[in-house]
Amino acid sequence: MKISREDVLKVAALANLELSDAEVDSYRGHLDDILTYIDKLNEIDTSGVEPLTQVVVAPTDDSGLRDDVVVRADVIMEVLQGAPDPEAPYFRVPRVIEK
Amino acid sequence: MNLSPTWTIPAVRAALEARRISARELVKEFYSRIEKRNVELNIFLALSPERAYAQADRTDAAIAAGDALPPLAGVPMAVKDVISTHGIPTTCGSRVLAGYSPPYDATAVERLERAGAVILGKTNCDEFAMGSSNENSAYGPVRNPVATDHVPGGSSGGSAAAVAADMAVFALGTDTGGSVRQPGSFCGVPALNPSYGRVSRYGLIAYASSLDRIGPFAHTVRDVATVMSVIAGRDPRDATSSSAPVPDYLTGLGKPLHGLRIGIPDDYFGEGIDADVRKKTEAGIALLEKLGCRRVSIRMPNTEYAVAAYYIIATAEASSNLARYDGVRYGPRVPGSTLIEMYQKTRGHGFGPEVKRRIVLGTYVLSAGYYDAYYLKGQKVRTLIARDFREAFEKVDAIVGPTSPVPAFRLGERTANPLQMYLADIYTVTGSLAGVPGISVPSGKTPAGLPVGLQIYGPAFGEERVLHMAHAFEHAGGKEL
Repeated sequence: MKISREDVLKVAALANLELSDAEVDSYRGHLDDILTYIDKLNEIDTSGVEPLTQVVVAPTDDSGLRDDVVVRADVIMEVLQGAPDPEAPYFRVPRVIEK
Repeated sequence: MNLSPTWTIPAVRAALEARRISARELVKEFYSRIEKRNVELNIFLALSPERAYAQADRTDAAIAAGDALPPLAGVPMAVKDVISTHGIPTTCGSRVLAGYSPPYDATAVERLERAGAVILGKTNCDEFAMGSSNENSAYGPVRNPVATDHVPGGSSGGSAAAVAADMAVFALGTDTGGSVRQPGSFCGVPALNPSYGRVSRYGLIAYASSLDRIGPFAHTVRDVATVMSVIAGRDPRDATSSSAPVPDYLTGLGKPLHGLRIGIPDDYFGEGIDADVRKKTEAGIALLEKLGCRRVSIRMPNTEYAVAAYYIIATAEASSNLARYDGVRYGPRVPGSTLIEMYQKTRGHGFGPEVKRRIVLGTYVLSAGYYDAYYLKGQKVRTLIARDFREAFEKVDAIVGPTSPVPAFRLGERTANPLQMYLADIYTVTGSLAGVPGISVPSGKTPAGLPVGLQIYGPAFGEERVLHMAHAFEHAGGKEL
């Protein structure tokens, strides 16, 4: 067994994810299967191989950089319309800092 | 009025120009089809009739005024629900974004509308594009129009099914590990995953940013090419979009295939491939040979490691990208006594099982002590897989094989075992990791009548070549093999 219930709970806390007991049990089993399968990668020697973080795109004439120009978006009210607890021009959240 | 069920882009154009139908009447016809079958097939999550009719009226006004029409004038299309559309609900198939409407359009959507296309609505998909069957949608699965007790594939199942069920002329999907090509194969329609960087990702709600791409479904390869000519190209709002010139994808169509070398990877015909899929793939390769292609046996030795590398990289990126769904800015909030508790409850309640599973896996492979063993290792293996493709393209012009090892399966048949579901992504995740373009084109049906897809990979930015080959294949009767 590669992964315990505690591992799942620890990772869920890191990810700010509330899980039920049943979910913890079920994900533990699935993750165990998947991580065991992933161990397959240890069959290949990757010493001296550089990691690939992003596939190389064809050369761009401007190295992907645009001019740093301020553009007005004017979407605040529209964005707030979809927010669960807006107080224009802010998003309201539960108290973070105690008095 | 021409009410033949299948409308292609040239058919729409001809009918509008001959005034056999107006753009408004055509939109009405598509909405009536959707109304008839959507309850059964569950393809559309949201419809946008106001915007669709307004856009159609612009085309009708242009026709009345005798103005030149843009390339997609009056063509009804569907858009996957992970692609942003201004003012049209966009949920990513998730409860966590219920009720959300983006304040802007994705670049691909903006370009299509500028070219005259009409957005009918948003299509169902696996939640946040995570899945291979469309069964992970919070709004219920899509049914495959070809066989309604079967899945349409995923994650862009709704977009593939919308085209297959004649509810749209074309549709946009997104492909991270096969999510355009595999549903294209399951529903029997051509589906292209362009090179990474060929189509702007601006407005595509991120799953795994180094892998995500937007790609089209249509009835014909020609229509896929037409849509590509509109959506491809540099966008200053996506730094990873390429400024390589966009060719006219239509000009090469119809030329003979003589002398093209097609690489057949032995590694794509190992264990796990369904006997009928193998047979139809072999028949597809034979048809390409008959059209003048030369078959070359090649090796892609790192293929067997692709699924493992993919599920490390994709879930790691997903765990980071999905951190933003926290009940602060959009979607429903589940209250908590502290900010953290509110985050945890909102996310625990808002995400479905597959998304939570992938967030947990992705967070695990990135966590202290495991980063090198998993994430870094996965990225190194990604280098080797990209190298397999590079070396193969020194010897061949295209790589040909099955899109999926299996045809569409029955709803519920594979949900119990996530790993088994992941393993079936084998032929598509390789190209996703390497960044190369791949098209799935219908290659006959199994004896049970389920479509099989033939996948043609080209080198990076080789869309022209794969479209050319797929078009020739389609015209030679590939679909009826």
